[in-house]
Amino acid sequence: MSEQSLAIRKFSDLANPTRFIGLAERLLPWFSGLTALLFAVGLYLCFTTEGDYQQGETVRIMYVHVPAAWLSMMCYTVMALSALGTLVWRHPLADVSARAAAPIGACFTFLALVTGSLWGKPMWGAWWVWDARLTSVFVLFLMYLGLIALNRAMDDPGKAAKVSAILILVGFVNIPIIKFSVEWWNTLHQPASVLRLDGPAIDPEFLRPLLVMALAFTMLFLPCTSRPCATKSGAGG
Amino acid sequence: MIALFLRDLKLSVRAGGGALIGVLFFMTVVAVIPFGVGPDLNLLSRIGPAILWIGALLACLLGLDRLFQAEREDGSLDVMLMQETPLVLTVLVKCLAHWTASGLPLVIASPLLGLFMNMNEVAIGATMLTLLVGTPAITFIGAVGAAVAVALPRGGLLVSILVLPLAIPVLIFGVSAAYAAVEDPAPFLPPFLILIAITLFFAVIGPLAAAAALRSSSD
Repeated sequence: MSEQSLAIRKFSDLANPTRFIGLAERLLPWFSGLTALLFAVGLYLCFTTEGDYQQGETVRIMYVHVPAAWLSMMCYTVMALSALGTLVWRHPLADVSARAAAPIGACFTFLALVTGSLWGKPMWGAWWVWDARLTSVFVLFLMYLGLIALNRAMDDPGKAAKVSAILILVGFVNIPIIKFSVEWWNTLHQPASVLRLDGPAIDPEFLRPLLVMALAFTMLFLPCTSRPCATKSGAGG
Repeated sequence: MIALFLRDLKLSVRAGGGALIGVLFFMTVVAVIPFGVGPDLNLLSRIGPAILWIGALLACLLGLDRLFQAEREDGSLDVMLMQETPLVLTVLVKCLAHWTASGLPLVIASPLLGLFMNMNEVAIGATMLTLLVGTPAITFIGAVGAAVAVALPRGGLLVSILVLPLAIPVLIFGVSAAYAAVEDPAPFLPPFLILIAITLFFAVIGPLAAAAALRSSSD
């Protein structure tokens, strides 16, 4: 057997639910610890770095707002990939991961909306404006809630997974709209300043805590989804 | 296929089909708005296209949950799943029939309601045209929601919740095209063409996804 196919075999072994549960149980404490550590460092950096010369102390909202917004989109992307796994390979782990990610994604989206609103009041003078980015993220929030409601309304988990996978994939059109909304429409929300082709346009002073917080949020996502995944697939659902 | 089209059309137009209830609902929604915002004719003529569009959107959603439900109840959905013609085509024809029975009356009723809203001829024409082009998209998106919720005992409200977020682009470009026709600086054609593009896009995606959902919820 060639080196490559061996590697693929090892990777696909992870998709075995029993192995996944075993691995998840061993790694979960480490992930949780790492998440706590990252949050400690990130929050320390958030409060020790200097405020912006224009925005003052309110710039610190960014350290929660931006990672939450990133995660809200990543969560949906993970769900879309799982939906693909459900429909193409009919894999039980894909079902549970799509179901476990939905409430977490809804939480991140809610956090992004709330912190954005708190930031908008001092900066734009309004709690909410109907700008393209805000509206599309709000639509994302509604879609998360709709998917959760659909999942709860169905008795048969297998059927619910397939049907909501179709809806997740149809709703995925919203993700590029959110990403590029600030470029397609000239709106109040500022354009992307970190993930750009010509390097980040943000000062390293602000970038450092932002990246640590983003990493911490991503690590938070892992135990949050893999724990329900492990328990649900263990329960046969 | 033509037989299916005519059958669906007849079923929804006759008593108990509820197609005309949609028009009635549309009129009621539009009639309620002046009570809410006040009878200022200038204001009403300015927000008229938007009101007609929102009313039409809500009215379109009203009958959507019945799109596959009756077939499921009497078992003819299983026949549709098993017959030789691809399910996608069947769904497409059912969508077209549903639109002819419930969407087209809305388009026809819209000029009358436009007069109530004190809109001028150009605005009425533009709104009617955008509704004609845009409401099929709502039906196609709605077919996905209806197919997803077909197995639920009371899926009606859930269909609306699932479908409305996806229908927002239709509303945005429909309303902006209708406004562009009235206000001079904005060109009418770009939003109108995007609206057509959205309708064609969902005419492909909608029946595909709805057929997949019907298959997976039946077995």
